[in-house]
Amino acid sequence: MSTMIKMVRVLTAAAALAVAAPAFAAGEGPHVERQSWSFAGPFGTFDRAQLQRGFKIYREVCSSCHSLRLVKFRNLAEEGGLGYSEDQVKAIAAEYTVEDGPDDAGDMFERPAVSSDAFPSPFPNENAARASNGGAYPPDFSLLAKARAAHRGFPWFVFDAFTQYQELGPDYIYGLLTGYEEAPEGVEVPAGKYYNPHYLSGNAIGMAPPLSDELVEYEDGTPETLEQYSKDVSAFMMWAAEPHMEARKKIGFRVMVFLIFFAGLLYFTKKKLWKNVEH
Amino acid sequence: MAGHSTYVPQSAGAKWLESRLPVISLIRGSFVDFPTPKNLNYWWTFGGILAVMLVAQILTGVVLVMHYTPSTAAAFDSVEHIMRDVNFGWMLRYLHANGASMFFIAVYIHIFRGMYYGSYKAPREISWILGVIIFLIMMGTAFMGYVLPWGQMSFWGATVITNLFSAIPLVGEAIRTWLWGGFAVDNPTLNRFFSLHYLLPFMLVGIVILHVWAFHTTGNNNPTGVQPKSKQDTVPFHPYYTIKDLFAIIVFMILFSWFAFYAPNYMGHPDNYIEANPMVTPAHIVPEWYFLPFYAILRAIPDKLGGVLAMFGAIAVLFILPWLDTSKVRSGSYRPLFKQFFWLFAICAVALGYLGAMPAEGIYVILSRIFTAYYFAHFLIILPLLGLLEKPLPLPASISEAVLKGGSGKPAGAVAAPEIK
Repeated sequence: MSTMIKMVRVLTAAAALAVAAPAFAAGEGPHVERQSWSFAGPFGTFDRAQLQRGFKIYREVCSSCHSLRLVKFRNLAEEGGLGYSEDQVKAIAAEYTVEDGPDDAGDMFERPAVSSDAFPSPFPNENAARASNGGAYPPDFSLLAKARAAHRGFPWFVFDAFTQYQELGPDYIYGLLTGYEEAPEGVEVPAGKYYNPHYLSGNAIGMAPPLSDELVEYEDGTPETLEQYSKDVSAFMMWAAEPHMEARKKIGFRVMVFLIFFAGLLYFTKKKLWKNVEH
Repeated sequence: MAGHSTYVPQSAGAKWLESRLPVISLIRGSFVDFPTPKNLNYWWTFGGILAVMLVAQILTGVVLVMHYTPSTAAAFDSVEHIMRDVNFGWMLRYLHANGASMFFIAVYIHIFRGMYYGSYKAPREISWILGVIIFLIMMGTAFMGYVLPWGQMSFWGATVITNLFSAIPLVGEAIRTWLWGGFAVDNPTLNRFFSLHYLLPFMLVGIVILHVWAFHTTGNNNPTGVQPKSKQDTVPFHPYYTIKDLFAIIVFMILFSWFAFYAPNYMGHPDNYIEANPMVTPAHIVPEWYFLPFYAILRAIPDKLGGVLAMFGAIAVLFILPWLDTSKVRSGSYRPLFKQFFWLFAICAVALGYLGAMPAEGIYVILSRIFTAYYFAHFLIILPLLGLLEKPLPLPASISEAVLKGGSGKPAGAVAAPEIK
């Protein structure tokens, strides 16, 4: 077994170094503060109440500019999702209007959304979105929590392989939402832009501070603060980007238990077989 | 191969088949009775691991194709359709994407094992060359596979790499247009990459068979580098190596599952979750991690054509490695100087990987040049000279003698290397 242990040592050192390189491609970028998430780690699960609160924020605030085009209403009721019943989802969907058609006369028409529809986007296309937002394009929310290349830097990316840190996306979004501040002396912020040192592409972001204390009403007594809102909506975005995360981790655990047990059996079988061979 | 089998068909059916197509004795001769050196260590299990990974990639890939749409308008969404709507589609895709990385981890270990123990030397040159061809085709397959999700890194990676061909004098531009199927990376490019990404793995299977055929003709190398002299030096492949390989394969699957189930995006780039947009260039275009050493070499040379030549040269030099190494001794275990240079080379390769991920500026450029120079010096200067200058340790008379001395073919007092049992 000592060969195996030595090998594992050599390999982990080399592999971790080589494998993780893209994760820290460029040295610069904002510092991302780590938050604690219920869905982190090998046994992490989403906090349903938090997802529902995050969804409420999305609906009441974010959705006026940001689309969620890859998420369908039915996903809200699916396993590992927000915990709504199918009837609740039908009611939520019915509040939205989607374009359908063409009908028999060849005309497009509008109808209330049903569970199988995707979330309708606030703008018909990118140009319309830019025109309404001072030239900036509010990115789609569906994958945002997995699509932001904030950098961990050396040596953190090496440790991440072992700690399974996968929450850089929501950490970054939380940092961005809570990171607006007065521009320091001597920093010129262009008109229509807002100073935010936590933004990935420069210090000036086109989005006005979207959240503030007591902006959205919570029915479950959760504090109505900027920090809480930011956390809840970040968690919701993580779910939107990875709706099967719970199933993935659950199956992963079973796979691991099986493989480790099987490897143990194989090891002892191998040992017995080789007992009489000097090698 | 079949010659190693003492198989005599017993049943009527087996006799009938064997007299028409001797496939049973072929398989028995190759994977059951095949005499294998008894001192192979765990570094030798990566061949089997690679075979399993190739099959796993083909299986997951074939199912993914059932749900994937190769068109610039639909590719990105169809991948998300797999991730969200297809039953266990997320698992298939994460296994396939991480499987590619695992494939490369295994192949790099396999290549370095061959380098350390001199597995490329006579009479195994053909096996080695076939291996380098496999490595090349693997790289092409992986590169084209990365383009298929049509994310930002897919698009810009494809743009950077295909643009390299325009550096070729006179015909470069024409070749690039021909590769693209147009005047930019676009739908025709995606479609041909998809076609080739599906085709090449099956060609790999064919070359892998040749690769195995070649070293089954010469016999496996082993940690001593000394050819088996008698029956005492070998054991039948089954059950001894089937069980050892299977154990290693399952341990490797644990590592694979660690990433596929718990950190599936660790080895990918976040920008690939943004749909390809020809109008927006990402801040830093980086290839997949397994190309980074070669990417570093490409960027180390200030001239475009020179960089391309150096990058391809870095792989081409592997083809002539059997003739660059002038030492008659195969195994690095008996070559005290070579051993040190081997590890220096390994460090150089990892360093190039690191530099490939760094922006091409300042100290990184200088370091890239130093390590690129060392990479080529290792093959073109150090290895030819070492064979002439180095005084190797005395070789054991046989594998059995080496084994009985303790350690797998290591003379007493030799510097510890990771292959000791």
